[in-house]
Amino acid sequence: MDLLIFEHPILIVQALMDGVLLGILFALIAYGMALQWGVMNIINIAQGELVIMGGYVAYFLYMYGIHPAYGVIVSPIVMYFVGIGIYKLVINKVVDKDLFTSILATFGISILMMQLMNFVFGADVVVAQSNFGTTMLFDNSVTLPNSKIFASAVSVLAAIVLVLYMKKSKLGRAIRATAQNARAAKILGVDTEKVYASTFGINAALCGVAGALIAITFTLHPYVGLPYTVRSFMIVIVAGLGNLPGVALSGMGLGVFEEFADYLLGTEFRIAAVFLLLVLILVYRRFKLARSREYLK
Amino acid sequence: MLSNIKKKDLFIYLGVLAFALIAPNVFSDYRIQFTFWLVLIILAITWNIQGGEMGYNTFGNIMFFGVGMYVCSGIQIGLFFDLAEWTVSGGEKTFVHTPDQYFQGLWIGLLAAAIIPAIIALVIGYGVLGLRGHYFAICTLGIGIASGEVAGGIELIGAGQGMTAPPWPKDIGGTEYRNEFFYYLTLALFVMTFVFIKWLYSTRFRLVLNAIRDNEDKAEAMGIETMRYKITGWVISAFFVGLAGGLVGNIVGYIEPVEVAFDGREMGVFMVLMCILGGKGTLWGPVIGASVFHIFKESFWSFFLGWQYVALGVLIIVIVVYLPEGIMGFLREKKPEWFGEVMDEEDRKAQVTLD
Repeated sequence: MDLLIFEHPILIVQALMDGVLLGILFALIAYGMALQWGVMNIINIAQGELVIMGGYVAYFLYMYGIHPAYGVIVSPIVMYFVGIGIYKLVINKVVDKDLFTSILATFGISILMMQLMNFVFGADVVVAQSNFGTTMLFDNSVTLPNSKIFASAVSVLAAIVLVLYMKKSKLGRAIRATAQNARAAKILGVDTEKVYASTFGINAALCGVAGALIAITFTLHPYVGLPYTVRSFMIVIVAGLGNLPGVALSGMGLGVFEEFADYLLGTEFRIAAVFLLLVLILVYRRFKLARSREYLK
Repeated sequence: MLSNIKKKDLFIYLGVLAFALIAPNVFSDYRIQFTFWLVLIILAITWNIQGGEMGYNTFGNIMFFGVGMYVCSGIQIGLFFDLAEWTVSGGEKTFVHTPDQYFQGLWIGLLAAAIIPAIIALVIGYGVLGLRGHYFAICTLGIGIASGEVAGGIELIGAGQGMTAPPWPKDIGGTEYRNEFFYYLTLALFVMTFVFIKWLYSTRFRLVLNAIRDNEDKAEAMGIETMRYKITGWVISAFFVGLAGGLVGNIVGYIEPVEVAFDGREMGVFMVLMCILGGKGTLWGPVIGASVFHIFKESFWSFFLGWQYVALGVLIIVIVVYLPEGIMGFLREKKPEWFGEVMDEEDRKAQVTLD
């Protein structure tokens, strides 16, 4: 246990700001997960791998000398088609099966993507330098990389665009109708198959945006996808489906939690803290929801 | 109990046992593969208690495997030497177990490797087994990975570097003898597990587990204290999986948190996959699934050099999508009479399928 953070209160400010900026990114990924969970009733374990693959698209641009920030535009387009492809190949066969089937199938996809990325990009930790510089606050005692500020601004923008799209466009309305009642929507002439495919594609595109931002602000590695899946799952169960402010808030909360865990327990326990928090949240939720049960002796 | 076994079944059991006793001596180069085959079967039939009979699909049984591994080796070393110094030195040279110390440590270590995971299952069971469906699956996935991450941060057991299990005392025989010893030990564990689970499935316990799988609320309404049965089932799994973990730690000789002990990407998925491949909710399904999977893995893995995980991912998807009922389910549909189901031909022909 390292208590340095409480001896220097300015570190608390630093951790809070880092956490909030990080959390906005998590919220974006979680929003995609909530979307497909609500519409298709599947939990996508490969969510994190979609994010990392999106990041590698931006890194690919960077390798060819293009500024990685353009990845924010390119990556969602590429990932949209990757998402549609995955849907056509696998997901459409498990979408009406029970949830565990989809969990296991997407787990298979996640292992597959992990390994393919490992082949293409190697097992090294990579980062796409954005050269955005840093902003100093409070007499140079709090440093904020501009790339993180850029990342959260883009995330917020992407979320706003998506919300407007879901509210205004025809496809958005079809998606919302399918989420409410797939059978009724089908009867009323909605092509649910197409809706599912586009939902999965939109989710993958969101992951692409988030991945490109992660490539700029943090690091990429083929095997770090699963923590992103778990983070978004956690955010969704805390916030509930279709609750955007809740998703944003709990995302930020998770970001702050992680930064504090990082300072207090050390970086080696950071991922462990995330997974333990997941277990704690689920168990807490179970006790909260459990009715008081009594038995005849 | 023996009187319940039909003559035909007895024949099968004796055949399997004879094969298990003779084959590794005939194909002695593959003794390690045979050992791992038995380990995989143990993992699959214990997973089946949750995933197959109870309908609680867990990814967390791998935790018991890893805990068993660390506990067994930790005790084997800690009884005679300073564990911290051992891990720092990498277990080399200065610390040598005498044969007596080795076997004392091994028996005590294995005992603890069974009991401690069982206690963990008992303690966390009440909280975790109250979750339903996919919440349970994700929660146990979290538990499996968290335990690997936590083990990777503890200095005493070598953190991310891992630690060595005590080396086999060379005085009493070479590597061949070691492999033979561990093969028969694993075989003993397999027989113990199989006989116990076969007995368990002949009792009311299995009916309760199936009732929980089919409709937990109804089972509860009928006065079954479901939580107690769920925890008992998990404790039984943890007991045998922990033992298997303790053995594997000694066989592999090197314990690393993410790749060996809490290997959710290999063993943790394998046990689920084998069980589904063979057929969930049957006694023989996991055995068949594990055997088929192991043969597939051992014969083709070397062709996929570097592509193993790609093959694994594809295999998972194919099995889940195209063979969700497994081999046993497939056979049951094609040959119902093998399972003692009487089918009226007239009746079957008269059935009309609506599309």
